[in-house]
Amino acid sequence: MCSSNQLSNAEGVWGIWPTFDRMLGFLKEPVVVTAKINVNLVALTVLGLISRLWGLCYPRAVVFDEVYYGQFVSLYMKRIFFVDDSGPPFGHMLLALGGYLGGFDGNFLWNRIGAEYSMNVPVWSLRLLPALAGALCVPLAYQILVELHFSHCAAIGAALLILLENSLITQSRFMLLESILIFFILLAVLSYLKFYNLQKHSAFSGSWWFWLLLTGVACSCAVGVKYMGLFTYMLLLATAGLHFWHMIGDQNLSNVSLLCHFLARGLALIIIPVGLYLSFFYVHLALLYRSGPHDQIMTSAFQASLEGGLARITQGQPLEVAYGSQVTLRNVLGKPVQCWLHSHTNTYPIRYENGRGSSHQQQVTCYPFKDVNNWWIVKDPGMQQLVVSNPPRPVRHGHIVQLVHGITTRYLNTHDVAAPLSPHSQEVSCYIDYNISMPAQNLWRVEIVNRESDTDVWKTILSEVRFIHVNTSAVLKLSGASLPEWGYRQLEVVGEKLSKGYHQSMVWNVEEHRYGKSQEQKEREVELHSPTQMDISKNLSFMAKFTELQWKILTLKNEDTEHKYSSSALDWITMDTNIAYWLHPTSGAQIHLLGNVATWASANAAALAYLCLSLWYLLRRRRKIYDIPEDAWQLWMSAGGICGGGWAVNYLPFFLMEKTLFLYHYLPAVTFQILLIPVVLQHLSDHLCRSVLLKSMFSALLVAWFSWVYFVYCTFSPLSYGQPALSPSELRALRWKDTWNILIRKQ
Amino acid sequence: MRRARRGAARGGCPRMPPRQREPRRGPGGPARPAPPAATRPAALALVTLLSFASRFHRLREPPHVCWDETHFGKMGSYYINRTFFFDVHPPLGKMLIGLAGYLSGYDGTFPFQKPGDRYEQHNYIGMRGFCAFLGSCLVPFAYLTVLELSKSLPAALLTAFILIFDTGCITLSQYILLDPILMFFLMGAVLSMVKCNSCADRPFSVSWWFWLSLTGVSLAGAMGVKFVGLFVVLLVGLNTIYDLWDLLGNLSLSLVMFGKHLLARVLCLIVLPLALYMAMFAVHFAVLNRSGPGDGFFSSAFQSQLIGNNLHNVSVPEHLAYGSVVTMKNLRMAGGYLHSHWHLYPEGVGARQQQVTAYLHKDLNNLWIIKKHDSDTADLSDPSSPVEFVRHGDIIRLEHKETSRNLHSHQHEAPLTRKHFQVTGYGINGTGDSNDFWRIEVVGRKSGTLIKVLRSQVRLTHVATGCMLGSSGKTLPKWGWEQVEVTCTPYLKETPNSLWNFEDHINPKLPNISLDVLKPSFAEILLESHMVMIRGNSGLKPKDNEVTSKPWHWPINYQGLRFSGVNETDYRVYLLGNPVIWWLNLVTIGLYLLITVCTAVALKRGVQLTSELKELSRVVLCAGGQITLGWLLHYLPFFMMGRVLYFHHYFPAMLFSSMLTGITWDALLKFCAGFLSPSTTARKVYGGGFLALILLILYSFYLFHPLSYGMVGPMASNPSSPMAGLRWMDSWEF
Repeated sequence: MCSSNQLSNAEGVWGIWPTFDRMLGFLKEPVVVTAKINVNLVALTVLGLISRLWGLCYPRAVVFDEVYYGQFVSLYMKRIFFVDDSGPPFGHMLLALGGYLGGFDGNFLWNRIGAEYSMNVPVWSLRLLPALAGALCVPLAYQILVELHFSHCAAIGAALLILLENSLITQSRFMLLESILIFFILLAVLSYLKFYNLQKHSAFSGSWWFWLLLTGVACSCAVGVKYMGLFTYMLLLATAGLHFWHMIGDQNLSNVSLLCHFLARGLALIIIPVGLYLSFFYVHLALLYRSGPHDQIMTSAFQASLEGGLARITQGQPLEVAYGSQVTLRNVLGKPVQCWLHSHTNTYPIRYENGRGSSHQQQVTCYPFKDVNNWWIVKDPGMQQLVVSNPPRPVRHGHIVQLVHGITTRYLNTHDVAAPLSPHSQEVSCYIDYNISMPAQNLWRVEIVNRESDTDVWKTILSEVRFIHVNTSAVLKLSGASLPEWGYRQLEVVGEKLSKGYHQSMVWNVEEHRYGKSQEQKEREVELHSPTQMDISKNLSFMAKFTELQWKILTLKNEDTEHKYSSSALDWITMDTNIAYWLHPTSGAQIHLLGNVATWASANAAALAYLCLSLWYLLRRRRKIYDIPEDAWQLWMSAGGICGGGWAVNYLPFFLMEKTLFLYHYLPAVTFQILLIPVVLQHLSDHLCRSVLLKSMFSALLVAWFSWVYFVYCTFSPLSYGQPALSPSELRALRWKDTWNILIRKQ
Repeated sequence: MRRARRGAARGGCPRMPPRQREPRRGPGGPARPAPPAATRPAALALVTLLSFASRFHRLREPPHVCWDETHFGKMGSYYINRTFFFDVHPPLGKMLIGLAGYLSGYDGTFPFQKPGDRYEQHNYIGMRGFCAFLGSCLVPFAYLTVLELSKSLPAALLTAFILIFDTGCITLSQYILLDPILMFFLMGAVLSMVKCNSCADRPFSVSWWFWLSLTGVSLAGAMGVKFVGLFVVLLVGLNTIYDLWDLLGNLSLSLVMFGKHLLARVLCLIVLPLALYMAMFAVHFAVLNRSGPGDGFFSSAFQSQLIGNNLHNVSVPEHLAYGSVVTMKNLRMAGGYLHSHWHLYPEGVGARQQQVTAYLHKDLNNLWIIKKHDSDTADLSDPSSPVEFVRHGDIIRLEHKETSRNLHSHQHEAPLTRKHFQVTGYGINGTGDSNDFWRIEVVGRKSGTLIKVLRSQVRLTHVATGCMLGSSGKTLPKWGWEQVEVTCTPYLKETPNSLWNFEDHINPKLPNISLDVLKPSFAEILLESHMVMIRGNSGLKPKDNEVTSKPWHWPINYQGLRFSGVNETDYRVYLLGNPVIWWLNLVTIGLYLLITVCTAVALKRGVQLTSELKELSRVVLCAGGQITLGWLLHYLPFFMMGRVLYFHHYFPAMLFSSMLTGITWDALLKFCAGFLSPSTTARKVYGGGFLALILLILYSFYLFHPLSYGMVGPMASNPSSPMAGLRWMDSWEF
C-alpha cells in the first residue's frame, strides 16, 4: 500500500491557493496565478461526496432525530420563537438554511419517525448541508495528517478509514447535527496546525493570519452547533497556550513581538469566537420574532418582546405600578410551570389528612392559567380607596402595601401557622375574620430585587419584586408542591423565612396591569373581566435577551432520562449498542447507526498501542535512553496530543454527565481515534520494522487489514444506506453482537 | 546540591532543597535574621496554647443539641448500643465519637432527636471535647507545615493566627461533628507528606519511614471519616508521582534503588492505608451486630447476620416451589418489597385497578403465592400432592395473598414514569386473564435450573407485552401512601431496578435450611456497604425550589449556617468565617496567581535573579504550588457534584487557603523589603507589615467572636442589636 502511493506528486498545497508573495507586486509584474492541484485531495473529496450524497433522498420519510430537528426548521420557516435545551442555535440555523434554499414553507407535522414526507418538503436540500459537511471530513482528515508531518500514504489511509466508516456515513446522510459538528472540529484542528506550521517562517503573514482567524471561527462554529464543540475548543486553547509557553522561553524573540503574538492569539482564539457566538444568537433572535410554543418558559419581559402572545395583551399597559393598580403577579422561577398568584373563595380545610390543623382561611395558590381570580389590587395601608388617584402615586422600593384580592376583596395575609404541604413554612391566606383573636397581618414590604437605586419605582413586567411580610419577615414564595384535591391541584404558596436566602421562587413580577377606576365592587368585577389597555412600549436589549435565553438553554432539564436506544459511555468503545434510525414500513430495509467494527477495533488497538509505547518511551527517556530520534519523538507526541487528546476530551467528560447518552455522542471522539490508527501504523513501520523483510511483511499485513475494513464496510452498508432490503436470514447474519438490536420482521 | 541546581534550571521543584542548617542565611541575606533556636518551640507552644484555649472556651455552651450533632451524636450512641445503622459516610469518624463518648462515661441513652433538645444530665462534654481536641491540633499542624515549606517563622505564625482566630474554624471544632476529625487527618497527611519530602535526602532513615507511614495512616483516617478524604489522597498521590518521576530522572540512582523507593511508597501509601481502611470496616461490622434502623438498606443475606433481625437464625426452604408463599425484594439500594393493598389507582392514573407498589417495611401485604399460569395446582393444604419446583424459564402467576388478586400489567402508562407500563392487581380469587402471566428467569442461568431463596437474582418478564417488572424508585403521591412506584419497563436493560430476590419463603412441604450458609464474606460486605454509601450520597439531591448553598458562595463567606437558636431569646451560634480573614484569603489567592505568573514568566524569559530572589521564587512556586493544588483539589470538585452542598464543605479548602496566605504574604513582604536599601528599614517594613496583619486579625476576632461563643438578644437585623453594625452582608443571619 505504501509503495503504490509514493506517486503522489504534489507537495500538499491546499487546493488552488495563489501565492501572494509580495502583496503589492502586481503593480510591477503581470498577475500570475500558479495553481498546484493535489490529485489525492481531489480524488478523496470526490469519493467522499459520492459516499455521502448517493441516494440522499432515500428514504423519503422522517428518520430518527429528524423528527426533533425538523420541528425547529419549520419554526424557523415560520419565524416562531422556540427554546431548545439541546444546544445553541447555529446548527439549527444551518439546517434551516437548507430548508430555506430548498423553498420549504415549514408546513409539515413532525410527529413520528417513519412518517412519509409530503411533496412540499425539500428532502434533498434539507439533508444536503450535513452530507456535504460529512463528505468534506474525508479530505480534512487527509490534510490533518499531512500537517502533522506524516507521509501522504498515512494521510490517505486516514482519509480512507473515515470514508469507509459506516457510522459517520449514516450520521451524515440525514438532517442531523453531528456531521456538521465534526466538520467544524476537524477544520479547527487543521487550521491550527496550518497556523502553527507557518509560525516559524512566516509569522504575521497573510496566510498566518488567515489560518489563525479560521481556527477561532471554526471553534466558535463548532461550539455554536453543539456544546460538545467546547471540548475541542479547550484542547486547542490548551495547545496554543503550551506552544506560547515555549515561545516565552525563546530568548531570540523580543518582549514586544511576544506581546504582539499574545494579543493576536487572544484576539483570534478568544475575542472573535465569543463575538461570533453572540452573533449566532443575534441572528437567531432577529429571525424568530413571533410568539410560539415555548413562550411560557421565558420571563414576562421577554414574552412581551415577541409579536403576538403576551405582547398583544400587555401592549399599552401603564408602566409604573401605583396605589390602586390592578395587577396579576407571575412567579419569576416558572418551575414546575409558570403560574400566577391566585385566590378563590374556598378555604383551607380545618384539618389536613395527616391531622395537622389550618387557619381555615381563604386559600392562596399559584395557578398556571390566566383567570380573573389572578387579579390583585395594590392598596395603600393608610387609605381606604381602591382606585388610582390623579395623578397616580407610584409604589417604590421599600414601600409597605396591602394586596387585595380583586374578586373577593380579601387581604393577602400570612401568620405563624404551618403551610399545608411545607410545614416548616408559614401558611399564606386571604384573611377572614373569625373573631378568634387571630388578627390580620396583611402588611407587605415591596422589595425590588433588580433595582438600580433604593428609590426605584415598581415597574410592570420589568421589576422583579419580593414581598416581605412586615410582622414575621417571611417572604412570599412558591413552594413548588401541588395541593391535593381540596386545593384543586394548584400550586402551594407559602411564607418562607427570609433567612433562607435568595431564590427565584420568592420573586414575582407584574404581568398584566391597569389603573383601577371603579369604586364599587360590582363595577370593579366588570373592570377585572375586561381586557387591559393603555400605552407604553418596552424593549429588552439584545444582551438582556441573550443572557436570559442562554441561561434557559443551560438550565432547562428534560424530565425523561430513558430511551430505548440510550446507552452508557462504556458501551461505546466496544460498540455494544446501536440505534435503529428507520425501518421500511413493509420490507426489511432499515437504517442503523452502527460503526465499522473493523475500524473501531483497530482504533482501540491503536489507542492502546499508542499509550503503551508512549509510556515506555517516556520512562526510558527519563533514564536517558533514546529509542527514537528526537524529531520523531516530537512528531509522535504532537500527533498523539491532537488525535489521542481529541479522543480523550471528546469522550471522557461523558462519564461525568447525567443526561441521556446515545451512541452518536461518541462520533467526534471516534473520528479522532481513527486518525490515530495511521499515526501508530506509520510509527511501527518506520521505527520498529528495521529489516526489509519485516517491512514487506508489515505492508502485506496492512493490505490484508485494509481489505478487512473494506469487507466490513460492504457488509454493513445495507444498514447504513437503507438499501437494498435484506431478508430476515441476512439480517440475522448481520447481528454480530448479541446486544445489537436489529429489527427482524415476523413473517 | 547537584540535583537541586539541575532542578532549578529546569524550572521544576527540587525535591531536596539544599538543607541549610544554622545559621540559616548567609550575611547580607533577607531582611529578617535567623531567629534564635529557642524561638521556634516557644512559638509552637504559644500557638498550640492559644488554639486549645480558643477551642475549649465555653465548650459546654449551649447545653443542647446543635445542628448535625443530632446525626453524629446519635450515631455515636448507636456504636455504644451496638445497633446497626446506615450512613453515607465511612465509619471511622462516628466510631471515634462513640469511643470518646464511651470513655468519658456517656451511656448512649440520649436520643439526639432534633436540634435544640437539652442534654440535661447526659454527659456530652467528652464527645465535644474530643472533637475540640482534634480541631485544636489543626493549628500546630498548619504551623509546622508552613514552617517546613517556607522556612519562615512569620509565615507560619500568620497562618496559625488566621486559623486560631477564625470564627468559622472555632465553631466547627466545638461540636460533635465529623469535620474536625476529617480535617485532623487531612492536615496530618499534609504535614507528614511535607515532612517526608524534606527527609528526601536521607531516604530509608528512621524519620523518613516514620513520616511516610504516618502519611499512609492519616490518609486511611481521612478516607475513613468522609469520602472527601479522597481529595487529600489525590494530593498525596500526585505528590508521590512527581517525587518518583524526579527519582527516575536521577541517573545516579540505580534501577534497583528506584525499585526500592517505589516499593516503599506502595507499601506505605497504598497497602498500609488499605489495610487500615478495611480494618476499620471490620471493627464497624463487628461492633454493630444488632438489628437497627439501617437494616433495610442492605441485602437480605447481610440482614441475616444481625441479631434481632427477623432473618437472623431463621431457616427457610431453599428452592422455590409452586404454592410457596414468598416476599420479593427489589435489588436496588433501599429497594422495597413487592407490595399490594386493597386501594385502587385513582381516577386518571392508568386503569382503575388495585395498586401495586414497593414498600420498605415488612408487612403482611408483601406476601405473594406462586402459582402455575394455567392451573390452580399445589394447594398447600393438601399434603398428598407432590411438590413441584419452579424452574428458570417457567411461566408463572403471582397471587397476592391478602387480596387474592394477580400481579398484572398492561399497556397503560405507569403513574410516574410515563414511558413504562402500569402494574396492577387484577382478577378475583386468583382468576384473571393472560396479562397475569410472567416468565421467571434467573440471571446468568440456563433453563431448567431451580430458583434459590435469597441467592438467585430473578427477573420477571411480562409474557404479553415483553416488559420487565421493576421499581422506578420514585415515591408515589398521597394516594399511593408515599410508597415506591412499581412499573413494567419495556427497556430490557439489566439494572438492579428490574431484578428481585425472594426473601421470605413459606412452604410446609419442603425441608428448611439454615440461612447461615448464606453468610456473606467480608469482601462482599465491604463492597455492598460501599455501593450503598455511594448511592446514598448521590441520592442526596436538592429539591426544586429549595434554597441551597452554591460552591461560589463559600470563599466570599456569602452565607453561614445556623448552628443553634432561632429567636431573640435563644442562645445563638452561627457558623460563619471571620470575614476579614476570609476576604484576606480570597484576595491572597488572586495575589498569589499574579505573583506566580510574573515569577514563572520571568524565570522562563531567563531573567537573572539574585540568590535571595531565587529562594523566594522557589518558595512561591513549589511550596505555594503544592498548597494551591491542595486548595484546588478540595474546592473545584464541588462544582461538579450534584448532591446537596453545605457551607462547611469548604473548610478543608479553607485550611489550604490560609496556609497559602501565610506563604504569599511572607514572600510579598520580603520582596518589597528587598528593594529598601538599609537592612534596618527593610526589617522594619517587613516586621511592620506582619504586625499590621496580625493586629487586623485580632481586632476582627474581637468584633466577631460572639458568632462562635454565642449571642443572646435581638437579631442583627434589628438596629438595636450590638451586632447590627457587623452585618456587612445582607445574607448573614445572626
